[in-house]
Amino acid sequence: MKRTRSYLAPTALALAAAIGFSAPVTAAENGKFRVGIVTFLSGAAAGPFGVPSLNGAKLVIDALNEGKVPAPYGLKGINGLEIETVIVDENGGASKQVEEFRNLAERHKVDAVIGYISSGDCLAIAPVAEELKLTTVLFDCGTSRLFEENKAPTYVFRTGLDAAIDNIGAARYLIDSGRKLESVASIQQNYAWGHDSWGDFSAAIKQLKPGVKVTTEQLPKLFQGQYGAEISALSVSKPDVIHSSFWGGDMEAFVLQGNARGLFDKRTAVLTCGESALDRFKGQAPNGLVIGARGPFGAFAPENTLSTWFRTAYRSSAEMDPTYPAFKMAQAILGLKAAVEKAAGKPGVIPAKEEVARSFKGLSFESVSGTVRMARANGHQALQGIAYGEYKFDAKSDKATIANVKSYSGECVTPPDGTTAADWIKAGFPGAQCN
Amino acid sequence: MLKLDKTEIWLVVSALVLLASAFLLPNWLTFILTLALAKALVVQGVVIQMRAGLVSFGQGLFFCIGGYSVGMGGAFLNIHDAFVLVALGVAASVGVAAILGLLMTRYRDIFFAMLSLALSMILYGLIVKNQALGSTDGFNVHDVSFLGWMPAGEDQKLVIFVLTVIVAGGIAIALNRYMKSGLGGVNEAIKENEIRVEFLGLSPRWILYANYLFAAGISAVGGAFTALATGHVDPEMAFWTTSGEFVFIALLGGTSHVAAPFIAAVLFALVRTYALELAPHSWQMILGFVLLAIIVFLPKGLWSLVAGKRRAAA
Repeated sequence: MKRTRSYLAPTALALAAAIGFSAPVTAAENGKFRVGIVTFLSGAAAGPFGVPSLNGAKLVIDALNEGKVPAPYGLKGINGLEIETVIVDENGGASKQVEEFRNLAERHKVDAVIGYISSGDCLAIAPVAEELKLTTVLFDCGTSRLFEENKAPTYVFRTGLDAAIDNIGAARYLIDSGRKLESVASIQQNYAWGHDSWGDFSAAIKQLKPGVKVTTEQLPKLFQGQYGAEISALSVSKPDVIHSSFWGGDMEAFVLQGNARGLFDKRTAVLTCGESALDRFKGQAPNGLVIGARGPFGAFAPENTLSTWFRTAYRSSAEMDPTYPAFKMAQAILGLKAAVEKAAGKPGVIPAKEEVARSFKGLSFESVSGTVRMARANGHQALQGIAYGEYKFDAKSDKATIANVKSYSGECVTPPDGTTAADWIKAGFPGAQCN
Repeated sequence: MLKLDKTEIWLVVSALVLLASAFLLPNWLTFILTLALAKALVVQGVVIQMRAGLVSFGQGLFFCIGGYSVGMGGAFLNIHDAFVLVALGVAASVGVAAILGLLMTRYRDIFFAMLSLALSMILYGLIVKNQALGSTDGFNVHDVSFLGWMPAGEDQKLVIFVLTVIVAGGIAIALNRYMKSGLGGVNEAIKENEIRVEFLGLSPRWILYANYLFAAGISAVGGAFTALATGHVDPEMAFWTTSGEFVFIALLGGTSHVAAPFIAAVLFALVRTYALELAPHSWQMILGFVLLAIIVFLPKGLWSLVAGKRRAAA
């Protein structure tokens, strides 16, 4: 034992030293455009969000590098430069993500970062991105606090939508669909996302239909998986509609367990993140379940050249339909490409970060979800509409589709700059333009 | 008057080397070192108690109190001076520990471990329920100043690194003195046989109580520096996995020397960041194997590399 140890000691120390002092990776001076991609590769959010978004990223980046993406994105890579990626797992909490973000900026010397599903991570990253002056495109996180806390962003952009929009849209859809709506019940995961979603939805529905009763508010813990007690509580409270911002395995478990117990027989439920499991329900969800995709993404994306191309390409590589996280990732990459190319002026160069930030601000670009305008938060937040529809399963073709889709324009569901989502709802949506 | 022993000279030299290297190392590395040293302070808190036979699975409680004191001091009390904020964190943490310690010191073994874990999860639950504190998303730490001086960007990170090194060095020397004092030796005795210690005329309970308070204080320092460095606090700081990581690093380093937790924390951080880079899809596995290898080949922790060599030389 002593002998082994005497060998082991220097080896282990040398190894530690080698890890500690190995030279930083070469800078992106190799004529490529280096992008850091941060998304969940492990943990509960990897399955429903992380993996589809990474699939989408790989697909779009490979196609861009081969110059196969339809117009107006025909130019190879980003501005004619091949895209090189550094992939980072978002799992592990905000302080680790700050550490890894700094590594991306200073060790990997990336030209831009695209990523972040968790709202907590987005909140932690935004000030660091500003400090390091690194172009950062947040593709999925939904917290309304992002640009409320970082009031004057320069380098941080969000191409995904604010979660308040999901819930304002859901409330409008329920009213417009002419359902019986005397009372609502709520079941949310007990963490910031659930609290915020219900806060926005309950405020919006009370504003749109005064006198709506809330029968029960259930807050099971995150990743609980078993909802027997909550389903009983929801059933006995006899609401007309159940609202839930559940996602991932929790959402699927709730729908399966609730459906088996007849929870959805006499009433409907609205699931703001429901679309991400469209193909996974396999007929085990009730027809008529109202689902959303957090914007015009996934099954709700409009037909255009880009979305058709993206759907076909995704289906052939991942053997399933792209869900909304894949669309949102594709949108972030296309937005970055559009901004860089607009800033560069001529192909083959990487423009200065200040230039990219300036051209990204207020940019209007074509995406897999239609035209995106960076028209909120002083040009740093995308403005897009939202759509809701009903789940419909066709047993013959073994395929789920969405029926009775209704879309709302961005101006109808998005608070204008200078007011918070909560205040805007409370004031009765002043300035909303709905058709 | 202040005579340094060999360990302390080494500690001072290491601290000076780290301070000098701050200007040579790339910023990302100093940032990793800042977080690792801050974390090591919490691990020291775990180790103090471990020497007396108590494993705290809830040291995240005090880590979180330290971090949130910094965040809330800035957001609600309008205190922006780093020194005041750290002091606030320590005061809050020791205050809480003074009350909880009365209960905690009555328990040993698994009961102590579980109770400490439960207490930290209570804090986690309270913060998650609190919308004003941003629930699970947490909130940012803005506009930190140092005695009226407000450095921006990289300078600020450098200042925090320098402060962390100095404070960690100071605490390490204090811990070393405590470990080598008579009272420090009693900790080992409490671990071996508490009743005998009582018959020697000492009160194990009050020694454990003092340990508990001291551990809470330095854990809060670690939490405060983490909050200052990352610029964000969230309830994950009090979550059981965070506390578990502290115990893990403690075992990784070993409990026999004051430098061990620092080395282990730095190694852990470096292995993690490079594992993440090499294998973004399976970095946890690399981390697991490295840690497993250390446990199998060095059951007394990394420090046995140094200790083993010394014995061989003697």
